[in-house]
Amino acid sequence: MTTGEEQIGWSRDEMARRLALDIPNGSYVNLGIGIPELVAKFVPAGRTLIYHTENGLLGMGPSPAPGEGDPELINAGKRQVTAIAGASYFHHADSFAMIRGGHIDLCVLGAMQVAQNGDLANWSTGEPGAIPAVGGAMDLVAGVKSVYVITQHCTKTGEPKLVDRCTYPLTGRGVINRVYTDLAVVDVTRDGFRVVELAPGVEFEYVRERTGAPLLRSAPLATGQCHEHACGCDAKRRPV
Amino acid sequence: MIDKRYQSAADAVADVPDGASVMIGGFGEAGSPIELIHALIDQGARDLTVISNNTGSGEVGLAALLKAGRVSKVVCSFPRTANSTVFPDLYRSGRIELELVPQGTLAERIRAGGAGIPAFFTPAAVGTPLAEGKESREFDGKEYLMERGLRADFALIKGRRADPYGNVVYSKTARNFGPIMAMAARVAVVQVNEIVEAGMLDPEVVVTPGIFVSRVVGVASPMHESELVAAGATYP
Repeated sequence: MTTGEEQIGWSRDEMARRLALDIPNGSYVNLGIGIPELVAKFVPAGRTLIYHTENGLLGMGPSPAPGEGDPELINAGKRQVTAIAGASYFHHADSFAMIRGGHIDLCVLGAMQVAQNGDLANWSTGEPGAIPAVGGAMDLVAGVKSVYVITQHCTKTGEPKLVDRCTYPLTGRGVINRVYTDLAVVDVTRDGFRVVELAPGVEFEYVRERTGAPLLRSAPLATGQCHEHACGCDAKRRPV
Repeated sequence: MIDKRYQSAADAVADVPDGASVMIGGFGEAGSPIELIHALIDQGARDLTVISNNTGSGEVGLAALLKAGRVSKVVCSFPRTANSTVFPDLYRSGRIELELVPQGTLAERIRAGGAGIPAFFTPAAVGTPLAEGKESREFDGKEYLMERGLRADFALIKGRRADPYGNVVYSKTARNFGPIMAMAARVAVVQVNEIVEAGMLDPEVVVTPGIFVSRVVGVASPMHESELVAAGATYP
């Protein structure tokens, strides 16, 4: 991809790989369409995740072999998928009971903007003439235990996606726990954005210049501070 | 003897009146009852309110019903598809009304409607533009929006197999909105690949009990939207 700027930070695959490291074994996970789907390729050996797709399948497997797909077995992106041994099908109200009822451990979504208070905007630019379409995003962010965003740190035109306040219409208020970008892993804390990890070769100042809100440095890691990642994050998530 | 079998899709939708509300099952093409929708186009009912997750693709099935100018309002969570211009054209020119509903809220509104629940509270959409005009209330320190249960005059649904009593089983992710729409409609019409004799469906695995279904129609080899769109098909 030509950006006119030297390639710096993580590639999309590397972002997905970094995020996958943080998902505990046995988690029930809903991956959004686009970059979030890449996460499934990088789950570390020895961990089993169960993928939920909101159109009615728990135990989603990879894409079918060519010619073996079924138009009645698709994911939320309407692409043909497979079902693993041990999968189950269910109707839409049950599917969203899993989501809204807090039974899904983690959701990974893309974003247009994330605000320092955890607000997410990812469904509409609010432009007149745009066709509004929300799908399941508002239910997912309202109900899933942890919500991670995976996104480029800035838009294609260089605008920060991590902002003071979202200017686009919200998907949910105060719903994001953590953001994985091409430059850094950033927690949303009570005090705002806090960098917990920088991509190799990326300086804190470089990230700060490209972030539309104050950016805190992570405190030195205190062992046991976060049961899930030992990363110094806000530890809102359940212990493993 | 109860027998809910209808001879054809045309017979099964013959009495849908102008101005009816119609729930149409499916998530994308999975579960979209194309033959029933095409029969509804042929039948000619107008000024319909359609409740469906999407608005179809290409110019077949649901998109064709919209294209034919039969629908005045859609209640929908995702009325946008990569390969359809039908809904966007109607919406931008002001010829169709859209009530946009988060997908889980749409599902629960339909379930609640079918279960005799007039309204409920959900955390989805709090603080967003879709909360505007809705009553909100705090429970245990958290804010929720009140949403109304949803019912319809008819539901058009695609299943895999049914018996004359109206018991239905589905195919994989084509189940999606079928079971809850069957509950929420006054007349639920289900097209299935195969109608079997009573007793051939294991009661332990029946997904939609026959009480929720009024009519079943056999469509042995239903069309797939993606194949029709790829072939450039239009309807009628």
